[in-house]
Amino acid sequence: MQENQQQMTQIRWHGRGGQGAITAAKVVAEATFKSGYGGVVMAPTFGTERRGAPVSTSLKISREKIYDLSPIRFPDIVVVLDYLILNEVDVTVGLKPGGLLIINSPRPVSEHSFPDFRVAVANVTKLGIEAGLRKGIVNSGIIGALAKASELVDIEMLSQCIAAEFVGRKPQENAKAAQLVYAATQICGPSTGDSNA
Amino acid sequence: MSEKLIDSGNNAAAMAVQLAAAEVIAAYPITPQTPLTEKLSEVIAAGKMDAEYVAVESEHSALAVCIGAASAGVRAFTATSSNGLLYMSEQLHWAAGSRLPLVMCVVNRGIGAPWSVWNDHQDAMSQRDTGWIQIFAKDHQEIVDMTLKAFRLAELVHIPVMVNYDGYYLSHTYMPFELPEAKAVQEFLPPYDYTHTLDPEKPESLNTVTLPDSRNDIKGIKRPGYMDIRHNLHQEMRQAMELWEEIDADYAQRFGRGGTPILDPYRCEDADFVVVAMGSIANQFHVVVDRLREEEGLKVGVLALQIYRPFPTAKIAAALQNAKGVMVYEKGLSYGNQGALYADLKSALYPYANRPHLHNFIVGLGGRDIPTEDLFQTLKTACLSGDQNAPEQADTPQWIGLQL
Repeated sequence: MQENQQQMTQIRWHGRGGQGAITAAKVVAEATFKSGYGGVVMAPTFGTERRGAPVSTSLKISREKIYDLSPIRFPDIVVVLDYLILNEVDVTVGLKPGGLLIINSPRPVSEHSFPDFRVAVANVTKLGIEAGLRKGIVNSGIIGALAKASELVDIEMLSQCIAAEFVGRKPQENAKAAQLVYAATQICGPSTGDSNA
Repeated sequence: MSEKLIDSGNNAAAMAVQLAAAEVIAAYPITPQTPLTEKLSEVIAAGKMDAEYVAVESEHSALAVCIGAASAGVRAFTATSSNGLLYMSEQLHWAAGSRLPLVMCVVNRGIGAPWSVWNDHQDAMSQRDTGWIQIFAKDHQEIVDMTLKAFRLAELVHIPVMVNYDGYYLSHTYMPFELPEAKAVQEFLPPYDYTHTLDPEKPESLNTVTLPDSRNDIKGIKRPGYMDIRHNLHQEMRQAMELWEEIDADYAQRFGRGGTPILDPYRCEDADFVVVAMGSIANQFHVVVDRLREEEGLKVGVLALQIYRPFPTAKIAAALQNAKGVMVYEKGLSYGNQGALYADLKSALYPYANRPHLHNFIVGLGGRDIPTEDLFQTLKTACLSGDQNAPEQADTPQWIGLQL
């Protein structure tokens, strides 16, 4: 009756209080669950966050039920909703070598130097405006970068879940933001420095 | 059709209460319980649940409203956490003493002072002796299933039931669970029919000053004194254990889930060492047990305690008769003594032939991180150290993750 040593993907999300990192993680949780992953645990880290202060959220995804609800220590993927957080928080703490770092940034991927990791970058803020969202709405868009770089769950399912989550709050525009980001995401492999986007 | 979905523990509890067709909800918001009562007030306001939501000014009033509702023969529910539970304390005793079939979710949180909004079990443990049945859920599925079964049990034994689940670890975490079909729940939990419903046509005098000695009422029938009433509460709470098992078996037959209403063992069949714990941390130990078996060759298991009051004295002692060592990990303690669960467990083992060496660990108070690695290391050390410690030292709780 031993549980098999399960293949688990662990994603840590970094954002600012009020930016919607928890909502983004929730949407991905929903989409992966609907795609057949039986073990999905999304655990927000609660502190005394104020609006604008750095916050983080854990998302664990597995085919089998997950029993360990403790915070992620060694993520496979780190998602950063605002590149300026890179100046305040060491977002790569515990990130496995060769792990994936996803950043919303106006700068090209070549300017984000993390030789140990795969880096995926998109200007989610700009693309959100292009999709018809108010400036600063990035939590739907960043999901597109995750879909492109991780291939965990397809963009169609994510778009459906985004539209469902944002009912009454520009559902189609939010889904479109993710699709635009999906198309625009640049990915750079560890240490090689070449962009394959 | 039952429905599989992914949502927070608080929403899972709210959906279960909705399915249970509670008719009166009275609650005062407190972190981390708030989203549960918000959800219930939303579905009631939207006309999706036929119930009265009573917004009260305190937890004391919340339970008082539920006591009134239940006395009038109405299925009632409340929920709280931490200091909110303590503010209810007088009414907790009153509800149990009145033998009212209430159900309350307690979203476990550390107690102030100093303020903490994070998880531990001190709130529930501090209300251990109020005469409520106390059960502990380990995941969202158990929150749903236990809440539904709790209504059935409360209404069968006329003792209120407290459904405990960990603040944040469960309340705010999203995970998958299955929600039973409403019609099937109605069959499992028919409308409540209370034999002592307050009725102006049939005036009764309830819970008046009760003399130390029993005496005859005006009809010449012998009525118990205060002490006899207390004895009956105790006896009937002990008997509730068996009924809880029967309810679980019925639930399992209808919904396909159950079989571990009192103790939920994982890899305990051949275990030399057994961890005993309540709530979500018992599930966290699954990965620790797997690793210790594979990496260290230690025969370890974990025994989750699903019901704390009534305490399953004989069952837990029997389950530990082949263990060489038992490690109790708990998120609360009786100051100046030990963990309350540890003391209970030790007392349960005393009359039995096998008395495994015991270790008591205090973890995660006020939301202090519980790294799985710490559980692994402390459990491994406890398994290997055996009973080499002097009795008093062995009996002293060890605090995990102190930062002094």
